[in-house]
Amino acid sequence: MGTAFCIAALLTLLGGVGSMCFRNLVHCAFALAVSFVGLAACYLLLGAEFVGFAQVLVYVGAVAILIVIAMLLTRNIESKHEPLVAGGWVMGVCVAVLASGSLILCVVNSSVVQGPVSARPTMSTRALGEQLMGDYVMALEGIGLLLTASLIGAVVIALREKEER
Amino acid sequence: MSPLAQCLSFSCLLFGVGLAGALTRRNAILVLVGIELMLNAANLNFIAFWRFGPHPEQLTGILFAIFSIGIAAAETAVGLALIITIYRHRGSTNLDDLTSLKG
Repeated sequence: MGTAFCIAALLTLLGGVGSMCFRNLVHCAFALAVSFVGLAACYLLLGAEFVGFAQVLVYVGAVAILIVIAMLLTRNIESKHEPLVAGGWVMGVCVAVLASGSLILCVVNSSVVQGPVSARPTMSTRALGEQLMGDYVMALEGIGLLLTASLIGAVVIALREKEER
Repeated sequence: MSPLAQCLSFSCLLFGVGLAGALTRRNAILVLVGIELMLNAANLNFIAFWRFGPHPEQLTGILFAIFSIGIAAAETAVGLALIITIYRHRGSTNLDDLTSLKG
């Protein structure tokens, strides 16, 4: 694993920690965008160019902006006096550390990860498109349906209800 | 450590960061952000197993990651709509205030 991957991974982790730790919500959203960019760089370095660009397009372009807009709509910049975290946060952090640590232990001791490393695969976007339009066309249609349903659902849920009299 | 183990350890760390945030922050939007981080960690696993697996010429891992990104986008849209509705009803997105289902 090269230096570039380590830098991208560090950027992603720092962005993730920042997005969970900052007090100002807008700073959290920007740290999240940094984290997504770092992850897209990881994808590019692993040879998955299409997924890397899709990550930038969907996550940095849409999800991060959506989160910023939701933060602006709900308009609660947390005040300086309120505690940042919920009660019992020590337990939450302990659970996360335990889960992450046990997963890493399993990964390091597993025999699956010891296999020989194959050469960097060449992934052409053309082959990807042919797969999407061939073997995976039903899944593609399904996800189109899902996105339409979630679009309508989001609009209906967020629609301002009429005042009840 | 082999490259695959490094990738998987990195994604475990990212998952841990997201889990810690989702479990501890009081703001509903930041809980959703934590869930996004966990989903991204899972996506990284798909790509890592595709890249370092025995058959990288098959594009299954890539396609799974693409579908996963699409589903995560749908989930974010609906989740944020729910949070906006909760804010409209309760005037707050603080999870500690939303205790009306508490027995």
